[in-house]
Amino acid sequence: MTTEAKLTPATQSAQRTIAPAQSFGAAARAYTMVAALIVVWLAFEYTTNGVFLNPRNFSNLMRQMAVTGVLSIGMLMVIVIGEIDLSVGSLVGLTGMVAALAQAAQQWGIVPTLLSALVLGTLIGAIQGSVVAYARVPSFIVTLGGLLAWRGVTKGVSSGSTIPIQLKRFGAIGQWYLDKPVGIALVIIGLILFVVFEWRNHAARTRLGLSTATPVRRILAIAIPAVAAIAFITVLNAYEGIPVPVLLFLAVALAGTFVMSNTTVGRYMYAVGGNREAARLSGINTRLLTIGVFATMGLLTALAGIIYTARVGSASPDAGMLLELDAIAACVIGGASLMGGRGAVFGACMGALFMASLDNGMSLKNVPDFIQDIVKGGILVVAVALDMLGRKRNS
Amino acid sequence: MTNSANLLVTNSIRKSFPGVQALDGVSLDLRRGEVHALVGENGAGKSTLMKIFSGVYPHGTFEGSIKIDGIEQTFKGIRDAERAGVAIVFQEFSLVPELSVAENIFLGRLPSSSSIVQWNDLHARAKALLYQLDVQIATETLVRNLGIGQQQLVEIAKALSHDARILILDEPTAALNDAEARTLFQIVDSLRARGLGLLYISHRLDEVLTLADRVTILRDGRSVATHSRGDIDRKKMISLMVGREISQVFPEIHRSTKDVALEVRNLSVEHPDIAGRMVLRDIHFEVRAGEVLGIAGLMGSGRSALLNVLFGSFPRSYSGEIRLNGTAINIARPSDAIDRGIALVTEDRKRLGLSLSASIADNMTLVALRRFASANVLKKQQEMSSVERMMSDLRVKASSPETTVETLSGGNQQKVVLGRWLMNDPKILLLDEPTRGIDVGAKQEIYTRINQLAEQGLAIIMVSSELEELRGVCDRIIVMHEGRITGRFARHEATAEAIMACATGSTEVA
Repeated sequence: MTTEAKLTPATQSAQRTIAPAQSFGAAARAYTMVAALIVVWLAFEYTTNGVFLNPRNFSNLMRQMAVTGVLSIGMLMVIVIGEIDLSVGSLVGLTGMVAALAQAAQQWGIVPTLLSALVLGTLIGAIQGSVVAYARVPSFIVTLGGLLAWRGVTKGVSSGSTIPIQLKRFGAIGQWYLDKPVGIALVIIGLILFVVFEWRNHAARTRLGLSTATPVRRILAIAIPAVAAIAFITVLNAYEGIPVPVLLFLAVALAGTFVMSNTTVGRYMYAVGGNREAARLSGINTRLLTIGVFATMGLLTALAGIIYTARVGSASPDAGMLLELDAIAACVIGGASLMGGRGAVFGACMGALFMASLDNGMSLKNVPDFIQDIVKGGILVVAVALDMLGRKRNS
Repeated sequence: MTNSANLLVTNSIRKSFPGVQALDGVSLDLRRGEVHALVGENGAGKSTLMKIFSGVYPHGTFEGSIKIDGIEQTFKGIRDAERAGVAIVFQEFSLVPELSVAENIFLGRLPSSSSIVQWNDLHARAKALLYQLDVQIATETLVRNLGIGQQQLVEIAKALSHDARILILDEPTAALNDAEARTLFQIVDSLRARGLGLLYISHRLDEVLTLADRVTILRDGRSVATHSRGDIDRKKMISLMVGREISQVFPEIHRSTKDVALEVRNLSVEHPDIAGRMVLRDIHFEVRAGEVLGIAGLMGSGRSALLNVLFGSFPRSYSGEIRLNGTAINIARPSDAIDRGIALVTEDRKRLGLSLSASIADNMTLVALRRFASANVLKKQQEMSSVERMMSDLRVKASSPETTVETLSGGNQQKVVLGRWLMNDPKILLLDEPTRGIDVGAKQEIYTRINQLAEQGLAIIMVSSELEELRGVCDRIIVMHEGRITGRFARHEATAEAIMACATGSTEVA
């Protein structure tokens, strides 16, 4: 970019084909994440003699990341509005426990059982959000209280015992797989929709005289996700098919991406995180938005609690411990700023996948637990440090 | 040519950033006992030059030479510049609000013996410094309890505590009221008399004309001319700054006013923190469609509070009546005001206006976002094309709507804030210091735009500290003092003296 280009009035933009600086920065970041992930995968694949990426382990890895993934999408919203939620690990435990008790002690059916967890999670999120929004208690404090209190409640209601899941359809949420043809059909439909969407988007941008990507970029923008999706379904179908938790996670990720980038509410979240006062003066109801985001976090936490309990097959009083830290780490590794206003669902998902890959790979190699923790902690700090250094150099 | 009076001499300084030649040959000299003003549009290279003088950009990252007392300087960092006697008071202060005045002055160099702070010594030295400046501030006071003018004096004291011989003041009066500015001018005079060399950067040309011994004009990174006071007038300065004659800064006004759009009766509001103290008392006025009403007054006179009450963003609820097109309305929160077509362009665009890390588009469509959505789903292409239209309309200089706002100049940032509100088609536009800290060219564009909007039938209320600006743009001016209206003038009767007299409360013309 030269000074001349900088002074080009916006009216001449129709001739521009350069990708805008900011979106390129975000894209570059996403590519770095993907590249880092590929490096880690190849390293594990090599050192485990091909065990890491075999269909069975890959399926396992995806199932393991589903819980953190769902949490990190909610956490991303919380972080984007400039808040934090430390209570999600305890809340995963509580909602899972409540659902388990509903089907065991109360003999409830599947629908009321799941609803009890989802409603409880949403309600608790909304309450925590209200305290943040109206009483102006920092979210760090409110949810630190939650972290302690909800764990206490979980221990209380379960009397410290582990409750097994008896409902078959409950267990299915964590353990079953999608029929293979259905999985293939979903991928094909998804790809067609994706291509149509990209096509229409390009046509509209051309019609309105907005900057468009070069043909090479356009082809890559379609080809890379398409190849990834086909590889994804091929590997999973080589085992048992798409695990149900992974399907749920993907649905949440798609919905989250759509909300954050294509709706007014998503835009308001970035605005509130970027400058709360300016957002308020622009007529945005910042309090309602805060409550809504925490309630959504609560809902997703309950979903994660259900998946977790179903996968393990029982609810224990310590379930979900420290999951909040995994979710926060996933967001931060994925480029979200704890100051608010910056972050993307895609990044958070990649971050979650990255963390889950480390967990899975190191376990395969029988790396002792304590080393795993040290490595994860180190990587978190180094990833953010590299990002900050990179940003400084750019500015 | 170096003569003995020359304190600082720079020779053809050049500095480039990727893609931009920020400085392209700046040569100037500063003498002992001189106030040398540096003027130029935003982006002319003033801040880059300051960062070179202060060692922020170390020797070797730019071309050209800097000599102090005839000795070539090679600053490696800020400390080197301080040691050479260069001190800068930046536009944005670097004081720690929770520390005392004395601690701030000696921050990083607290007098201590074996790491234990010598408090008596500290306060004695701080007091001596303030005494030299003839400033009466208790050295124990926390900086957060000081007004902005006093904070600036503390900054100056801090600069002088390094035994500075060269003091650089960056837009020192931007945030000061007139009384505070007069105090500052006295201090500048006394420092000049003590033989310091002062580089004085300002957008306020009248100030430069009265204060500076010489003026250097920067344009596009080059020093285009240096003149002694008396050789140059305002008009010539402006034409040198912009490189063209600006025949008239203010647009000619040909507009006719229509019906009363906004009417305020007996409006009063209490101070949000201090019980019983009124911020606004019995305010009444009206604005017609197609009219620009100016509000003058010193800081703290209630000007901004009035706009915030009308916009629903004041923390206390008001008593009195606000009528919009003849009907009484209640405004409790900003969304009430926005729904009724009221817009507020806030005073502090960085703190209250913009999300700096977000793009121009995200900032511009924030208020009118619902217009670009059906069932809350955004129509992004439609949004982008509106943003591009508004950008070309307001002449926002940026490569794309997706450019982040923090990279823009002050003038362009201000246009983004203005654009945000114009996108919502307001009927009543409230402007709080709309041209603060932006360059002459951008100011002129904003004046022209205000005039056009009034011609289109908007009712506009504009608060400004610059009387010149109010007299150039407004149809009528009301003056506030301590929460009351103390003067009402038509455009032609509003002299600077008359307005000032009302603003200081010495007379009332109501």
